[in-house]
Amino acid sequence: MITVSSLLDDHWYQRYKAISRLNIRSSIYDVTDRCNLRCKGCFFFSSGEHQVASEERDLEKWKVFVDNEMKRGVNLAILIGGEPTLCLDRVEVFYQRLPSFCATNGLIKVPRDRFPDMMVGISLWGDAEDEKLLRGQDTFKISSANYAGDPHAYYLYTITPKQLGKTEKIVKKIRDVGLKVHMQLLSNDEGVDGFSWTPEELVAVRAEMDALLDGYPETVISSKYYHEIITTGTMLGRPFGWLECPSVTEPIDKRTPRPKRLTNFIRWASDLKTMHRCCTSETRDCSTCKDGAAHMSWVMVNKRAHIRTTRDLQNWIEVYEMFAKLYQFIPW
Amino acid sequence: MSNQQTIKRITEIIINELKLEDVTAETFNVDLDLVDEVGIDSMDLATIALVLRDEYGIRIDEDDYPKLTTVRIIAAYIDDKINQGE
Repeated sequence: MITVSSLLDDHWYQRYKAISRLNIRSSIYDVTDRCNLRCKGCFFFSSGEHQVASEERDLEKWKVFVDNEMKRGVNLAILIGGEPTLCLDRVEVFYQRLPSFCATNGLIKVPRDRFPDMMVGISLWGDAEDEKLLRGQDTFKISSANYAGDPHAYYLYTITPKQLGKTEKIVKKIRDVGLKVHMQLLSNDEGVDGFSWTPEELVAVRAEMDALLDGYPETVISSKYYHEIITTGTMLGRPFGWLECPSVTEPIDKRTPRPKRLTNFIRWASDLKTMHRCCTSETRDCSTCKDGAAHMSWVMVNKRAHIRTTRDLQNWIEVYEMFAKLYQFIPW
Repeated sequence: MSNQQTIKRITEIIINELKLEDVTAETFNVDLDLVDEVGIDSMDLATIALVLRDEYGIRIDEDDYPKLTTVRIIAAYIDDKINQGE
């Protein structure tokens, strides 16, 4: 029988042991249905998810809700929206109770006197030209001023096909404001012309992401295996899709056979009652989904499938470490 | 000391549920750390807990998962629960 220690030298085995018992149990929460941007390709608005539930406005109900989530075993709250910073009182309810991550467009600064160490992920969709086209304005100018040098913030850079050949410039800009960056790929839910990936572009962007990781290891939080998974849509020869996705809301997950999945995961709407199907849009074609967190989780929940060769297990460790860093379970 | 039969049966269940290859109940090291060496995760443990519940009629608290690190420890845990008449 292959064991973990039989595949790893002491250095890698210690890295494995540092993460093997973290037992991260995340769920995702729509803090609000409102946003201060309307981005082309935002799954929340393009799929009509902002209209499926009416926001709960009673803060006391949010407190009871979060307490119940903790009883359910959740130990990581991933706060999305809409734009969560429009409702900082709700964000604070989570932050005061459990490890929380806030996804934001960065236009509103999370006040660090209220949220001293909350991890903030700032969305970025490319250079100024793409940002203006897809999001209506160059958000980097504002978000970088708000968060420059913040040790608990990083950019979540959604690379589009138009960004090929230009990503290094973006990463340098991020490095120069003292922040880190994690990369994912645009899923183009609204079919914006020229923003869907071709097979050739996916090959090219994988090489580009690999080069960025090699060239800027202090800035880029990523792994080459993650690049492989997200650009090929396959892991250990298995294609990503509905039957494999780990990020499906558990109480409504009727798949058989049930795949390896996130334990107790739910994505809640802002009425605190409605459950969305999964971590992203219900209208998205799972076979072409590029959601970065879903692909990371896909690797993470399939640990034992990676206990077959040294390289496979090292790949798994690197992806898990990446996730753990992004949500502050281990240091950068 | 755990009942040898309990140890053997739990080993069989784990090998079967985790689809472990190149090992039998006779050759499996029951003191092997299930997380650090076999690589099981909380979902695996939850699956095994369900099978053990059906087999022995006992409930394994999720809070107890972290301490159930080897087959021998799981067997002792189950024997204790059975002896307590749970």
